[in-house]
Amino acid sequence: MAEAHPVGFQWVMEAKARGAKIIHVDPRFTRTSALADTFVPLRVGSDIAFLGGIINYVLANELDFREYVVAYTNAATIVSDEFADTDDLDGLFSGFDPETRTYDPESWQYATQEDDGEERQDHQMQRETAAGMQHETHGMSVDGDVQRDETLQHPNCVYQVLKRHFSRYTPEVVASTCGVSEEQFLEVCRAWTENSTRDRTTALVYSVGWTQHSVGVQYIRTGAILQLLLGNMGRPGGGIMALRGHASIQGSTDIPTLFNLLPGYLPMPNAEEHQSLEQWVDAVRHPGAKGFWSKAGAYGISMLKAWWGEHATAENDYCFDYMPRITGDHGTYRTVLDMIDGKVKGYFLLGQNPAVGSAHGKAQRLGMANLDWLVVRDLFEIESASFWKDSPEVATGEIVPEECRTEVFLMPAASHVEKEGTFTQTHRMLQWREKAVEPPGDCRSELWFFFHLGRMIRERLAGSTDERDRPLLELTWDYPLLGESQDPDAEAVLKEINGFEVATGRPLSTFTEMADDGSTAGGCWIYTGVMKDGVNQAARRKPGREQDWVAAEWGWTWPANRRTLYNRASADPEGRPWSERKAYVWWDEEQQRWTGHDVPDFEVTKPPSYRPEQGADGIAGIAGDDPFIMQGDGKGSLYVPQGLIDGPMPTHYEPVESPFRNPIYGQQANPTRKEYPRQDNRLNPSPPEDGSEVFPYVFTTSRLTEHHTAGGMSRYVARLAELQPEMFVEVSPELAAERGLENGGWCHVVTARAAVEARVLVTERLSPLRVEGRTVHQVWLPYHWGTGGLVTGDSANDLFGISLDPNVLIQESKVGTCDVLPGRRPTGRAVVDLVTSYQRRAGVHDDHTVPIVTTGPGAAGDDEGDPTGGGGGA
Amino acid sequence: MSWTISENSFWGPLDPAADAGYPEDRPKRKGFFTDTSICIGCKACEVACKEWNDVPSDHFDMTATSYDNSHSLNSNQWRHVAFIEQPKRLVTEGGGQDTGLRGTVDLGMPTVPPTGAAEQLANGADDRPDFRWLMSSDVCKHCTHAACLDVCPTGSLFRTEFGTVVVQDDICNGCGYCVPACPYGVIERRKGPDGAKNVGIAQKCTLCYDRLDAGKTPACAQACPTQSIQYGDVEELRERANKRVEQLHDAGIMDARLYGNDPTDGVGGTGAFFLLLDEPEVYGFPPDPVVTTKDLPSMYKHAVAAAGTLLAGAAVAFLGGRR
Repeated sequence: MAEAHPVGFQWVMEAKARGAKIIHVDPRFTRTSALADTFVPLRVGSDIAFLGGIINYVLANELDFREYVVAYTNAATIVSDEFADTDDLDGLFSGFDPETRTYDPESWQYATQEDDGEERQDHQMQRETAAGMQHETHGMSVDGDVQRDETLQHPNCVYQVLKRHFSRYTPEVVASTCGVSEEQFLEVCRAWTENSTRDRTTALVYSVGWTQHSVGVQYIRTGAILQLLLGNMGRPGGGIMALRGHASIQGSTDIPTLFNLLPGYLPMPNAEEHQSLEQWVDAVRHPGAKGFWSKAGAYGISMLKAWWGEHATAENDYCFDYMPRITGDHGTYRTVLDMIDGKVKGYFLLGQNPAVGSAHGKAQRLGMANLDWLVVRDLFEIESASFWKDSPEVATGEIVPEECRTEVFLMPAASHVEKEGTFTQTHRMLQWREKAVEPPGDCRSELWFFFHLGRMIRERLAGSTDERDRPLLELTWDYPLLGESQDPDAEAVLKEINGFEVATGRPLSTFTEMADDGSTAGGCWIYTGVMKDGVNQAARRKPGREQDWVAAEWGWTWPANRRTLYNRASADPEGRPWSERKAYVWWDEEQQRWTGHDVPDFEVTKPPSYRPEQGADGIAGIAGDDPFIMQGDGKGSLYVPQGLIDGPMPTHYEPVESPFRNPIYGQQANPTRKEYPRQDNRLNPSPPEDGSEVFPYVFTTSRLTEHHTAGGMSRYVARLAELQPEMFVEVSPELAAERGLENGGWCHVVTARAAVEARVLVTERLSPLRVEGRTVHQVWLPYHWGTGGLVTGDSANDLFGISLDPNVLIQESKVGTCDVLPGRRPTGRAVVDLVTSYQRRAGVHDDHTVPIVTTGPGAAGDDEGDPTGGGGGA
Repeated sequence: MSWTISENSFWGPLDPAADAGYPEDRPKRKGFFTDTSICIGCKACEVACKEWNDVPSDHFDMTATSYDNSHSLNSNQWRHVAFIEQPKRLVTEGGGQDTGLRGTVDLGMPTVPPTGAAEQLANGADDRPDFRWLMSSDVCKHCTHAACLDVCPTGSLFRTEFGTVVVQDDICNGCGYCVPACPYGVIERRKGPDGAKNVGIAQKCTLCYDRLDAGKTPACAQACPTQSIQYGDVEELRERANKRVEQLHDAGIMDARLYGNDPTDGVGGTGAFFLLLDEPEVYGFPPDPVVTTKDLPSMYKHAVAAAGTLLAGAAVAFLGGRR
């Protein structure tokens, strides 16, 4: 956190000064470790085993916050007796189909809800469209009336299922799997549990590298289970903080740049499943389920009204048919491979540098070199704009500048101080920023670019009678234009996002005012209230010293300026604070309403004693002691019957590339992961396959404080570039001795994709670890460099292949295996030959397919290749 | 305004601005307290300093000494963050004695593990000492007794009303007398790069004299995210620093100590002082800096005496000759 988020880290230092204990778990000793009380090095990719061990420690010693767990989580809910766990099936859950490598989740359901006629979504389709998590964000479609055993003794209650599942992860198993000493592991267990009580809460903070694994979603799930068990959710000082990699990445998830989501976490309609507005809305609101998603119609229709204005009417389903549909995997990696295959013609890149920043840099560059056109908007001529003339593939002859067919349009962009708008940070807080100076020359904001691009396209299409042009022609596309550069008024856009009453134009104050009859419009329902009373709430800057510690008048936080989500959980079931010290939101008996320091995340007049009538659904179905109001049963999910493609509980799988056999199960790695088996996407072999010894070391990548991600904002700026002027690799003194590497000298790192050279930094900040009885060396690389800028170097992301988490299609780009050789890498064609020779030695050169299912009937050996992989060979 | 050479003008406790003749209504002495125990090595101070003061960037080579790529304080580096990778001292059960690592000074070079570590590792007994990674942002000390200023023949270096020491670029003639005079090796003539301003002129931290004039905080302190660099009245900062040391001692961090806060030290205390977690040498600080002009009065006296003796001798010779 100190390394990549130094400004946020000031608050950690402040907490430390006030007595907080800081524990840093990381493969390598970083600037964060330097300031932490305890540093715990662990093997990259073993996090579920580590956190699973803590869960086991909690459950085995009954250290959970029992009253919270019983009342607020699904611990008491009875799971179907058809469910079989990984212990019974050697690493697979019940319902696995080795043909498609997906699960039929029927047996994962709560008791009495199996085979209830409810149509479960098809996991294979969900994996293709990154749709599985829509259950997670939209609440499970579980019935409010579930069987519960509040003594937690029923063998099939979630608590007992969880306890059995995690009993595998003993301190000994954690030590040998993660390379952590038992003593240190137990120290973390004690610190975490002792600090999670009525009086104290513990925060779990991670950076997004944690998600970049083939089991990325399950990493976060493991953290969530632990925090729920310890009563750390919905309470001040608790929670799970995801530190985002750039300014406003939270904002670009809320109003997404993702193919599977629409603003406010509404799903992108699917061509098959959502043929009508009603089907789409029902897919979100789950008729019969509890919670606030029951109003999905109002959110969705208001969005359509914001987009198509007067043209969106009840008669035409509010222009629902104007919406694009997804038909399959349109993720960024599928798209890049399709570019290589000539299936994609054009590409827009806005403030993104995939030639350096995305996994498998070579595939990225070869894809971009095979387009008709490419538009790059950035501050400098980054590698994703200059790849056709200076990429490593030009040196190897794989891209010939004179023949490269892509026409690149480089559009100069305005920086964040040269345009106005909001940033949404990790706390869901929108903060308005002013334009400090006019952008120089032709530099323009994104808002300017898209508004005028839209305007010009609409002018071209004016008068067209073609049906397909109507969605564009009927868009509301009228914002006040400001100044000489004719920049659209960003506040007018924020007003549209906030929403308004169609008849009067009155800005909405809260999303509960949204209606499903076309009388309201609003671009993103969760942002409703940011323009409450017509005032830009995000621009509020009342200093902390002039208000209470929650500081509700600084900026604006979605939803409804609520600073802590699910804060009903900060009070006990009767509505009293768990302790005086941690009082946050509570029930005021006299006034008969919820009150406290924050905006209550609950219907303010619903008393703790409220119990829904039999069969009640929607908001009325939420009991007075159900804090998790977005979930179908109002409970925090320790166990997830629906919504995850790779299992209802996290379980340790090895990274896709690992030098170790899975010590816990026969199933080696995530069996449901998304793979693209192609000759241009070779993966290093892992046990039980032969050849893993060719790539004996584990490598991981991350950021340095001195540079910003793919370097577009730092390598081109002299005063930043000089701080870390060269690409380097950190190795332990032991590995340096083993491979003959000299501090300050050169080395190159080789995988089945690339060979990358770097200066050597020998440091004791990296330690070899003892894992499963043998020593493993870990190598660390920063990923900031490329061929452009004031300081150049090879790109670490070239080393990775493409394998994805099945739930959200995020790439595994934080762990892989490699070899390290002293000296500089060969140049020109010879570097391709070097990589090819490694592929041959590892046995992945010819028609190699990765054995994905390594246990049970579909196991490797009788494997005829993966039938589920997308795309043909290139 | 009266200006006299006081008893302590070259040595001992002193209010330097008063000594320089600024009147009673002068501002309080300003300085930095750099608390290295909360430095996260982000280098924001280095960048903010260069941006505000337009200090050129001129080093694009990796040094391979931890994360320190800016080498040292010099004419193009007015803030410098040191990174020291240090195996923790091994304290034995007895409580006091170490196992031989104590006393060695790590100058930031990567170290080789103690003999036998590899074998221990192979045997599964991984008891390698915990690591310490010390970070510290260094800067001109703005000494109470500033030798650079004392030796400056042009008056380019002067004492400001804030008690700080500043070079006037348009007066400095680049003679370089100040360079060897500084006991910390801070000030230096700018050698380049080509096209940079003030090449050939002595350059160093001004404690952002131009910002102080406008009531602003110096750029480095303003940019520091963890308040490792604190700016303020030296007197108040010294009190704050003493409290912080006590706090760390209470927390069992007995190595915490201040550097430069003592008005009776060799430079009369510094305007920019530090909280360190180890011996000053570990961070590259001289352990006992002494103002190089300390002996100026006595040298002057000796020189006068010698000259007098010489004159007397000559006079005697002449007188004797007439006889």
